[in-house]
Amino acid sequence: MDTHLTDDVVGPLPGDYKSDVKPIWCPGCGDYSVLAGITRAMATMGLERHDTVVVSGIGCSSRIPAYTSVYGYHTVHGRSLAVASGVKLARPELNVLIFGGDGDGFSIGGNHFLHACRRNVDMTYIVMDNQVYGMTKGQASPTTEADWCESKLTPEGPGVNPIQPVALALACGANFVARGFSNNPNEVARLIVEGVRHPGFSVIHILSPCVTFRPEQRNWKSTVHPYGREPTDDPNEAMRAVLEDDGFGLGIFLAGNRRPFQPESAATRSIAQIEEGFAV
Amino acid sequence: MTVDSVTIALVGSGGAGAMTAGQMLLDAAANVGWYGLMSRSTGPQIRGGEAAALVRLSPTPVHGPGDRFDIIIAFDWQNVERFAAELPLSEKSVIITDPSQGEVPAVLAASGAKQVELPIKELAGRIPGGRVNMVGLGAVAAIVGLPRAGIDAVIQKALGKKGDAAIQASNAGIDAGSKEAAGWNLGLELAAPNKEGATRWNISGNEAAGLGALKGGVKFCAAYPITPATEILEWLAPNLAKTGGKLVQAEDELASIAMCLGASFSGVPSITATAGPGLSLMTECIGLGVASETPVVIVDVQRGGPSTGIPTKSEQSDLNIAVYGLHGDAPHLVVGPTSIGDCLFTTQWAVHLAEALQTPAIVLSDQAMGQSRAIVDKPADAPHKANRLLATDLGGEAKYKRYADTESGVSPAAIPGMPGGEHTADGLEHAENALPSSQASDHQKQLDKRLRKLTSHDYGDAWADVEGEGEIAVVTWGSATGPSREAVRRLEAAGTKARLVAIRLISPVQPAKLAAALDGVSKVLVVEQTHGAQFHKFLRGHYDLPGAVSVFSRPGPLPIRAREVHETLLSLI
Ligand SMILES: Cc1ncc(C[n+]2csc(CCOP(=O)(O)OP(=O)(O)O)c2C)c(N)n1
Ligand code: SF4
Repeated sequence: MDTHLTDDVVGPLPGDYKSDVKPIWCPGCGDYSVLAGITRAMATMGLERHDTVVVSGIGCSSRIPAYTSVYGYHTVHGRSLAVASGVKLARPELNVLIFGGDGDGFSIGGNHFLHACRRNVDMTYIVMDNQVYGMTKGQASPTTEADWCESKLTPEGPGVNPIQPVALALACGANFVARGFSNNPNEVARLIVEGVRHPGFSVIHILSPCVTFRPEQRNWKSTVHPYGREPTDDPNEAMRAVLEDDGFGLGIFLAGNRRPFQPESAATRSIAQIEEGFAV
Repeated sequence: MTVDSVTIALVGSGGAGAMTAGQMLLDAAANVGWYGLMSRSTGPQIRGGEAAALVRLSPTPVHGPGDRFDIIIAFDWQNVERFAAELPLSEKSVIITDPSQGEVPAVLAASGAKQVELPIKELAGRIPGGRVNMVGLGAVAAIVGLPRAGIDAVIQKALGKKGDAAIQASNAGIDAGSKEAAGWNLGLELAAPNKEGATRWNISGNEAAGLGALKGGVKFCAAYPITPATEILEWLAPNLAKTGGKLVQAEDELASIAMCLGASFSGVPSITATAGPGLSLMTECIGLGVASETPVVIVDVQRGGPSTGIPTKSEQSDLNIAVYGLHGDAPHLVVGPTSIGDCLFTTQWAVHLAEALQTPAIVLSDQAMGQSRAIVDKPADAPHKANRLLATDLGGEAKYKRYADTESGVSPAAIPGMPGGEHTADGLEHAENALPSSQASDHQKQLDKRLRKLTSHDYGDAWADVEGEGEIAVVTWGSATGPSREAVRRLEAAGTKARLVAIRLISPVQPAKLAAALDGVSKVLVVEQTHGAQFHKFLRGHYDLPGAVSVFSRPGPLPIRAREVHETLLSLI
C-alpha cells in the first residue's frame, strides 16, 4: 500500500502517478526504488499530472516515463536534457523532470549536461548512476572505475579515470546538487522535492545498483553514508567538501541562488508591421 | 538604345565596400521601379579577402543570374583569380578598371571585353572622407541610367544617422563617378522601369524563410549558427520575440533539434535552420520526431560539398540526406522553395504541413536563394497556418490513445496541460495507446499510419510550379528553377513551346500529379546543381518519366545560367 511521507498529508497518492505498465527491469534493479521515490515526490508535491512532463533518453533507467502516469517523452540517447529544456522554455508553467543513466547523461549527453548546468533552466534532473551501461549489457560507463575488467569491450578495464557527477555538476554551474541512494526511496523523494522546489537546474545524483552487471553494488548499502553537512549556497564551499567526500556521501551539497534562465516574450508587433520593413 | 537586363559585378577585396555599393545599387534600382537580384561571392574568410557583389537589374522580375556580366567594376584586382570562373564575360562586356591597380588580370582580359579606365582611387582621394565604392556606384548608375533620385533616397536611409558630412562625401563620390562615366556611351542603358503593379519587396531568401515561419505560426526556435543559414536565425531572434515567440541559442545542432522537439511536444510550433553538416547531426532526432509524431520544421540552406565543403557557395547536394538520411523507415516531409520570394510560401507551408501531419518537415533552401536579395512583387498571402489536430474527448471512460490508428493516419494529439491526455510520446515502437511494443503487428500498423498520413493528404496545386505547354519539358527544383524558367520562356519567345515543372513537394512523391503535368511530353530535361545528379536519380527512382530524358547537372559553386539551360534545350530539339 502507498504511504505518505507524513501521515497528515491528504491528496494524491504515489500510486496515482504510476502507470499500469510493468517495468522491464531485472528483479532487484535499483531503479524500482528510484521510481518509487519519484512517485512519492510527485504525491508529496501534489503535482497536477497533466501539468507535469517527464523526459528521458535511452537506457534501462530512461524507461521510467512509461511507468508514470504524467506526460512523458522518451527521446533518444543523450538528448533528454535538450528536449526537456525545449519543453520548459516553451511552456514555463509546466513541471519538468528528467530521468536517465550515467552513460546517457555524462557520455553521449555530456555536452548537454554541461550546458544544462550553465543554462540553469528551472527543471530537475534525476540521474541514476550504476557505473555501467545496463541496457547494452554491461560496458564501462563514464563513472566506471579504471580497473573494472568485467566488460568484453574493455577486458583490461577502461583504463581512464571515472568522472565524479556531483563535482562535474558543481563545476558546470548547476544550481542545486544532491546525492541519494535508491535503497531509501523516502530520502530520494525528499531530495527530489527539494530539487523541484529550488528554482533553477537541479541535479539529483542517485546511486542505483545494476544487480545484473555489477552485483557487487549490492554492497553499496554499507558503503553509503550521510554527507553530514548543511547545504551551502556557495559553489566553492560545496566543491571543496565534495572533493573531500568519497563519492558515497548522501545529502544536499549545494542549494545555490543563481537566477534561472527563462527568456521573457511578449507580442508587441503584428506580422503585418514586421512585413512593412520589406516594402520598397 | 536600351537593354532589358544588365548584370554587374562590383569587385574588391574586403574593405573596398563592394558589397555596400552593390546593396545600394539594388536598393536604388528598387526605389525607381526596377526589379533586381543581388548575390554575393565571397571566400570562406571571416573578413577581408575577395568579395564581389553580383547584381542583375531589369524592368521585369529577375529569376536568376544573367548569362554573363555586362559590367565589371573593380576597386582592386586582389584575389580575383580565385573566382574568375564565376565572372563570365564576352566581347560585349565592359571592364571598368582603375589604372592605379595595375593591368586587368589575364583571365578576364582574355574574354576580349572592352576596357575602360576610371581613376577610382584618385577621384575618391580628392573628396574629404571620399570612398572608392561611392565613385564606383556613381559610374555604374550613370552607365545603366539609374535616376539620381533613387540613389538619394538610399543614401539618406543608409547614412542619415551619420550626419551631413558623410552624406556629402558620398554624394560627391557618386557625382565624380557618374560625371566620368556620363560620356562613355556603352549602350547599357536599362529600359525604363515599370512602377505600376503590386507593392514590391526587397528581401533575401533567408529573411523570407524566417517570415514564412512567423506567418505559419512558429513560436519557438532553437539555433546553432552555420553559414549560410545563420541569417534565418538572426532574423528570427528579434522578430520572434516581437511576436511573442522565443529563440534560444543551443550548444549544437543535436540540442537545437532536440529543444525544438521538446517545445513542439508541449504544443508550441517550432523551427530550426541549419546547413548540411548540421542536418546530419539532427537526423537521429528528426527520426524521433517521425516516430513520436512530433511536428518540427528544419530549414536546410544547402551549400557546396560535404562537411564544411565550400561553405559560402551554393549547391543542391543535400537532397539525398534530406530524403534518405533518417534511419529505419521514417516517412517525413521534404519541400524545396523555387525562388527567393518562394522561401516565404514554402516555409509557411512546411509549418502548416508539419503541424497538420504531426511529423518533421525539411525545407531545402540553398545558399544561392538564402543569401541573395531580390526585388520581388509582394508575395500573395497564403492561408497556411499551424493547426494541430488536438484531442477533444479526454477524461471519459475510454483511455486516450495517442497513436490511434485513424483513417487519415493523423491521431488527435494531447499536449501537456490537457487533463486525461497523459501519455508518453516515444521513439521506441509503441502500440496505439503509446505503450512500448515490439510486436510485429504494432510496428507494421504504426509504420503504415505514419506513411498513410503523408500519402493520403491532399497537397493541392502547391506540389509544384507548372507553366507552359508543348512536348519538351524541364523538370527541376530549388534555385535551379529560376534559370530554367528563363530558358523555357526564351524558347517560347522564339516560337518553341516548352513546359517547366519545378517540384516543390519533394517527398512524399506525387506520381499521378507529375504524370499529368508531363502528359504529352516526349523530351524531358532534368536540371539541378549537383555533381552526382541526385535529383535525376531521385526522379528515376520514384517516377515514370516520359520520352527521352536528358540531364543538366553540375556541382557548385558556378551558378546555373539560363543560357546554359537554353542551349541544352536547343540541342535536344
Ligand atoms: C546513438 C545511440 N548510441 C548507442 C545506443 C545504445 N545504447 C542504448 S542504452 C546505452 C547505454 C545506457 O547506459 P546508461 O545511460 O548508463 O543507462 P542504464 O541502462 O545503465 O540505466 C547505449 C550505449 C543508442 N541507443 N543510441
Ligand atoms: S541491466 Fe542492470 S540497470 Fe538494467 S534493469 Fe537490469 S539491473 Fe537494472
